[in-house]
Amino acid sequence: MHALKKVSAGTVFIYALVTVIVLVCLFPFLHIFAMSFSSNHAIMSNLVGIWPVEFSLNAYQVVFRDNTMIHSLLYTILMTVTYTAISVLLTIFTAYPLSKKELKGRNVLLAFFIFTMYFSGGMIPDYLLVRNLGLINSVWALILPGAISTYNMIIMKTFFGSIPDSIKESARLDGCSEIRLLFTIVLPLSTASIATISLFYAVGKWNAFQDALFYISDQALYPLQLKLYNIVFNSMSVEITAQEGMTDVFSNITAESLKAACIMFATLPIILVYPWLQKYFIHGVMIGAVKE
Amino acid sequence: MIAEARAGNKLKKKGVFYYLKRDFELYLLLLLPVVYYVVFKYVPMYGVTIAFKDYNMFKGILASDWVGLDVFKEIFQMKNFYTVVRNTFLINGFDLLLGFPAPVLLAILLNEIRSVHFKKISQTVLYLPHFLSWVIIGGIAYQIFATQSGMINTTLRQMGFESIPFLTEKWHWLFTYVGIGIWQSMGWGTIIYLAAITGINSELYEAAEVDGASRLQKIWHITIPGIMSTIVIMLILRMGQIITIGFDRPYVLGNPLVTDFSEVISTFTYHYGLKAARYSLATAVGLFQSVIGIIFLTSTNAIAKKCGETGIW
Repeated sequence: MHALKKVSAGTVFIYALVTVIVLVCLFPFLHIFAMSFSSNHAIMSNLVGIWPVEFSLNAYQVVFRDNTMIHSLLYTILMTVTYTAISVLLTIFTAYPLSKKELKGRNVLLAFFIFTMYFSGGMIPDYLLVRNLGLINSVWALILPGAISTYNMIIMKTFFGSIPDSIKESARLDGCSEIRLLFTIVLPLSTASIATISLFYAVGKWNAFQDALFYISDQALYPLQLKLYNIVFNSMSVEITAQEGMTDVFSNITAESLKAACIMFATLPIILVYPWLQKYFIHGVMIGAVKE
Repeated sequence: MIAEARAGNKLKKKGVFYYLKRDFELYLLLLLPVVYYVVFKYVPMYGVTIAFKDYNMFKGILASDWVGLDVFKEIFQMKNFYTVVRNTFLINGFDLLLGFPAPVLLAILLNEIRSVHFKKISQTVLYLPHFLSWVIIGGIAYQIFATQSGMINTTLRQMGFESIPFLTEKWHWLFTYVGIGIWQSMGWGTIIYLAAITGINSELYEAAEVDGASRLQKIWHITIPGIMSTIVIMLILRMGQIITIGFDRPYVLGNPLVTDFSEVISTFTYHYGLKAARYSLATAVGLFQSVIGIIFLTSTNAIAKKCGETGIW
């Protein structure tokens, strides 16, 4: 008896090819990671591959001692959480009534919402609206304009529509009002879908850059992505705002390792929640692909 | 019981107030969303009228003077305008040509992997770039591809080769841009094809096995035909978006040395509209893009329906 199955050349080739693709995919992260922990000398001499050379925490010291970086991180978290809470609630409020086939005017309302997926005012009319509402340089400019995503709303509606009517009917017979029914029966049954759209909204907002670039010029209100953009591409220096006495530390690190540390700083929160992201996002892609 | 009662009620013609009263709470829930859509979606749609006006900040949108098609005449005479429209097609065209087959091929490869652990770990790594912002990806790209300080070019110079202007010469830039896009979206794009492959009847593979078909023959005669309808519908959807371009990716990856190629409709609108405050002009460019976009979307959708696919509406 053969303990090992015969391995064909084709199988070896396929595993090797996938391994190479995976490594190519991973390499940029490892390189940036390694750079952020490497010394000035190692980076300048191009010794850094995917492993830190002459290990150093100087870049992170600068980043973490920069109050504006920490401020930007906390502010972005708070903004993302607020946005997600508002968006998920509004999405549920839209999707639940529309999931009811007996609702009068349902088709008109649906058309009214879905039309906005295909035609929009565009960049400038959006900007003028935000300005006319007095939201320039306000955190609400980042929260309100994208509060409901019609795509997410349709995912939610599809899900609500799939809950068996019998469950809702029995509750209604007990004299339960629609809003109580929604909160006590329907929502507890929908946790997976709610988690999915929450993550859609949260990741979208966390990664958003365009709205902040357009609507925010006050640096205290920069979300992390815009701050990162200015550090990496406009060489807005981190060290300017770092405390006194940091100069000797700074002289020891290159701008490159500092940029790498900032990139890692902004990437880390996503990596931390990645296991959940992967699970629920795939769930969402599947629901999104199923049409009514 | 209630359902029967409702069915009975429907026999008689009911007025608006009957329904408003019956479903009062549902309409109440919809109140805020409707206000949201009116304010943040439909008001900007009205704002598009400034493409036909001489927008004056102090007069506002309503009171600014109508100028008919003057703004459009102006943009159609701008050389820049044709360049950015061409660039949008060029970038999207290369993205489609090189970027579209990548997830299909990768999904077929992944499907051939039998080890569950190996497959899972590969997928976890391959999906990751999808979750990162373009600012982060752009930052990483510059660290790797920059002509002076980038890792690849420093290594090339140490080995005695010339630097490659990945980001500073327009054709190199175009391929770098497309390559980064493939790196970012290839893994995530496999999900839909892997799901389609799961839907293929496994008896087909078993029968082929019995007939002594090789791996390539199975891929060619079973897997690919099995996911063909998914490939076609995805391709048609992508072609429908050939003039649609996001803002973040070209803005972050572009740079002054390659504006010949990197300036596309979205970044052009930003530069002319928000930076130079030429609101009417930028709105007209945006409207032009919307209209062409809808024409593409509608016609590709019609083609999809002709091909026996369900289309997107």
